Amino acid sequence: MRRFATLVKMLDATNKTNKKVDTLTQYFKEAPKKDGLWAVALLSHRRPSRPVTTTLMRNWAAELAGIPKWLFEESYHIVGDLAEAIALLTQKEGGVAAPSLSACIEKIIILKSQTDEEKKQYILSQWKSLNYFESFVFNKILTGGFRIGVSQKLMTRALSRAVNVDEKILAHRLMGQWTPQTTSFERLILHPNPEDQISQPYPFFLAYPIEEDLFFKKEEADQWHIEHKWDGIRAQLILRKGSHFLWSRGEELITDKFPELEVLKNLLPRGTVIDAELIPFKNGFIGNFQDLQKRIGRKTVSKKLQEDIPIVLMAYDLLELDGEDLREKPLWERQEKLDVLLKKFKSSDCPLLLSKVYRFKNWKAVRLEREQANKKRSEGLMIKHKEAPYGVGRQKGSWWKWKSDPKSIDAVLTYAMRGHGRRTNLYTDYTFALWEKGELVTFAKAYSGLTDIEIKKLDQFVKQNTLDRFGPVRQVTPQLVFEIAFEGIAPSSRHKSGIAVRFPRISRWRHDKKIEEANSLDDLKAMLP
Amino acid sequence: MPLLEFTSKGIYCKQADVYLDPWRGVDKALISHGHSDHARWGTKQYITNEINVPIIKHRLGNIIASGRKYNETFTINGVQFSFHPAGHVPGSSQIRAEYKGEIWVFTGDYKTQADGISTVFEPVPCHTFITESTFGLPVFQWEQPQKVHDSINQWWAQNHSEKTTSLLMGYSLGKVQRLLKHLDSSISKIYTHGATEHMTQVLRQFIDFPRTELITRDTTKKEIEGSLVLAPPAVLGSAWIKKLGLLSTGYASGWMAFRGARRRRAVDRAFVLSDHADWKGLLSAIRATGCENVITTHGYTELFAQYLKEQGWNARTQKTQYESETEEILVAE
Repeated sequence: MRRFATLVKMLDATNKTNKKVDTLTQYFKEAPKKDGLWAVALLSHRRPSRPVTTTLMRNWAAELAGIPKWLFEESYHIVGDLAEAIALLTQKEGGVAAPSLSACIEKIIILKSQTDEEKKQYILSQWKSLNYFESFVFNKILTGGFRIGVSQKLMTRALSRAVNVDEKILAHRLMGQWTPQTTSFERLILHPNPEDQISQPYPFFLAYPIEEDLFFKKEEADQWHIEHKWDGIRAQLILRKGSHFLWSRGEELITDKFPELEVLKNLLPRGTVIDAELIPFKNGFIGNFQDLQKRIGRKTVSKKLQEDIPIVLMAYDLLELDGEDLREKPLWERQEKLDVLLKKFKSSDCPLLLSKVYRFKNWKAVRLEREQANKKRSEGLMIKHKEAPYGVGRQKGSWWKWKSDPKSIDAVLTYAMRGHGRRTNLYTDYTFALWEKGELVTFAKAYSGLTDIEIKKLDQFVKQNTLDRFGPVRQVTPQLVFEIAFEGIAPSSRHKSGIAVRFPRISRWRHDKKIEEANSLDDLKAMLP
Repeated sequence: MPLLEFTSKGIYCKQADVYLDPWRGVDKALISHGHSDHARWGTKQYITNEINVPIIKHRLGNIIASGRKYNETFTINGVQFSFHPAGHVPGSSQIRAEYKGEIWVFTGDYKTQADGISTVFEPVPCHTFITESTFGLPVFQWEQPQKVHDSINQWWAQNHSEKTTSLLMGYSLGKVQRLLKHLDSSISKIYTHGATEHMTQVLRQFIDFPRTELITRDTTKKEIEGSLVLAPPAVLGSAWIKKLGLLSTGYASGWMAFRGARRRRAVDRAFVLSDHADWKGLLSAIRATGCENVITTHGYTELFAQYLKEQGWNARTQKTQYESETEEILVAE
């Protein structure tokens, strides 16, 4: 625990990527294998399930700190992070030897089935004996959300250096649903057993947003394959040894949520892996992304739900055929093979479609195709180099996304909330409203798009123009207008405004506009497709 | 009529017709300390602790300022005033006012820890205590300052061994001198930015500091390699910083207790070192005065006052124009 806490402290203390990788590499070299594996798990967002509610933790922390409950809550909101607030409020000099990371987590796993009194006794004993940083890490493991400015890519790179295994191979080994409870450092990382890997997905290859000015000047259109960028869930379909698996990009196994894909087990040959977008698709039309969330959200997938929101996989890449890894083959070859495969096994009830590949002679034609995006219900275009192999993670160079220009609307700032993490102690999460019969109706929340200087100015404004307070939220005098950009727009019964927008963000502070000049809800409704 | 009241120009004693740390120009003002939110420009006559006189003259230019010793009583129209050590920065005072047996104390800014350069805080018994509450939340608990100074010296020594220059940033009045006082000058040389050098020069007449050298246009990267440079936080992201070569950056502030603030500040090392009282410091200071009434002025005023009320004090908040929640941000700009 001490070693891991020191690692987190050192990672926290630098902004330099190289230094982070060095620090991590050193850790993986020195840490006992058992701890190292848990560190890999935590840094790739695999954590033991929460043994205790945060409500209980908050009560116990207030009690230990000797402060009233309300003061604990206020402190927590100001700190912006529960794990940190508890560590600050219960801080001790430490000194007592902390248990190892794996021993600590094993205890946390057992804790789940114990009584509240036993939980309390253990957790309080840790708060009393761990030093500030150890306590912070301990609380982070308990509450989850282990974000410490280290991407999975960075962690993989460091681990690759420490154990001398190629980064790409390692990234593949770390995919899927594993836990240190059922595997070991040896079996997962050093010498994996092929039997364990039937369900294992390949790392997803991710695209960068295109740098328009540079790209179109430098590149020839005929070297690139164009596809529409479908608005669904990125998914990998695996058919191996008579079983099928569907993974989402977040490395979640979502096979059970889409039972209609089971037929593919009999349609496609074994040893096939397809990269695709899972989209709602009814009577030949592409549906809304929001509908897909309904299907993901339900515990059991009823027949009715399947009928209401049918889905298809829009396939665009073939990663494995007849058990052979195709990722090093050029894109055009993989696409050709995918085309042949789908044609061969095509049937009317097959929930698998081929995402059409376009080839254009010049960028002007590509631009025209992009203008069709809304009509074809895509988010824009994907631009992929025809000779490119299938990479690992987000890499610049061969896969680009060129989204449609966002829609935008001018809205009034009505509420602000304190931010988290880097934005702790500043009002950075904002709520925006539009006019409806002389009243302001909330339509979206947004927290990105402002510069640091604008955030500071807005923070000052919020503090000086507070009308009311609700915990970490402040209602402010309606006075400021912002241009809010967003991607998709759809009707919604869950939102007060009756409309849901996707990826809302602030595109501009409209200093030039008075609140009377902000848009109305009707203006927004007029944008519905 | 209260002895001290809060007006649009600042804290006012009507009986003596004098202001305490006013934020507008007035005829006569008693000044707690030299920070710019407490000692402002435009007043005809400033009265302050004797150590603070050269500080505010340096900051405000050609002003009329008279100095008083700590604990020395002087009377203005029947009101007895005196300055008492606040331990915040050199020359900082709590201001005591007594009239017909009623005693008020205005703290300005203060800390209860000794910092090695300021006269140590002394509790002053009173009926009404106007206290700052910049860090009036229980999450703020300062470490022993010596531990922080030790880790600063370790950081510097490590950088020095790697031929890297250490840039240590802090507020120009108080923090920088406190840092300087505890630097281990056997490691290497100490350089300063102009803003910090001038204030340090002013204070050298009262306090012994290690030698410092001003960074000028002619200073080369090679010359300062491995040394430590003291500068105000405003240099972060400026052109000045580029002249320093290979750097490790450090920032000393109470706000660095928050992980979010540390990450936002984007320095290599954050040192939690404050010239304000922490939660326990504030509570012990209030208890030591034996007061009945508490008025909290800047920082987490409302939360702190609410807590004090629950603990049995007659506590309330008062809006002032002293910088508070946003101190860190304003200092940086």
